[in-house]
Amino acid sequence: MIDIGLGHYLTLGAVIFSIGVIGIFLNRKNIIVILMSIELILLAVNINLVAFSIYLGDLAGQVFTLFILTVAAAEAAIGLAIIVVYFRNSGTIRVEEIDKLKG
Amino acid sequence: MIAHAIFFYTFSIIAVVSAIMVTASKNTVHSVFFLILDFISISCLFIMIGAEFLGMIMLIVYVGAVAVLFLFVVMMLNVAQQKNQWFAGEQSSRHIPVGLIISTLIFFEIIIVIGGWKYKPEIFDINNSIAQTSISNTHSLGQILYTDYIHVFQISGMILLVAMVGAIVLTFRQRSGLKRQSYIKQISRERAEGVEVLEVQSNKGVKIDD
Repeated sequence: MIDIGLGHYLTLGAVIFSIGVIGIFLNRKNIIVILMSIELILLAVNINLVAFSIYLGDLAGQVFTLFILTVAAAEAAIGLAIIVVYFRNSGTIRVEEIDKLKG
Repeated sequence: MIAHAIFFYTFSIIAVVSAIMVTASKNTVHSVFFLILDFISISCLFIMIGAEFLGMIMLIVYVGAVAVLFLFVVMMLNVAQQKNQWFAGEQSSRHIPVGLIISTLIFFEIIIVIGGWKYKPEIFDINNSIAQTSISNTHSLGQILYTDYIHVFQISGMILLVAMVGAIVLTFRQRSGLKRQSYIKQISRERAEGVEVLEVQSNKGVKIDD
């Protein structure tokens, strides 16, 4: 309990990942919160990669975390741009009213 | 070691609670603030574990750019007044059991994988890890990032460029009925189309028609 090891960090990553998945499923009001949940999931993946990288002594995990950071930033920018365009065209970003694709 | 445990539990409890508040908060602006708190505590964990470059980059990229972008969009779209409630309406209550079941399943699967995974303890000895080497984390990361991973690095730069162009193209809007200066038109204007020399007779004046 006191001795912090790899398992503690992996458990923290698992908890944050699950909270992100819960956020995607349970949030039915606002699509921006879904994007934030995706950011949480990517953060959990980053925690796992960094913990493994430190405890295995291999720097490749931190390099991959950098690339995940890059892709997450690009994804947030594109997603928010799509949300802005959608809000401009249809006046709402509530999740249950977005049914243009009839999915 | 005990300080390590204290800091780990402090930051991870802050991170988990703020992650819950990101999804559960009624106000979207508050969700963004809790997201920022989450990023800050996770970057503190990164710095504590020895990945200080990634912790600082997390602060700069996530808190400085991504979260501020989220905040900007939330403020611009004025969705803060739309209450973000979990349990409102029968439309949403259908999804709640499914979401809870799926996420608890995912959580326990990961926990089973972590708990049932046998590893040799001497592999994860902190003494043979990169934290004990003489050069710093940033230095060693730079040494392999610009040599072994140079192609992936450049591809990630291309991804950022494509994302930037895509965001601009998506949100760019050409308004109609707006008068603009046209530099090409101004520069390519000739004397002949702007000036006309008239022979003015006395006591007649000049009639300008336009």
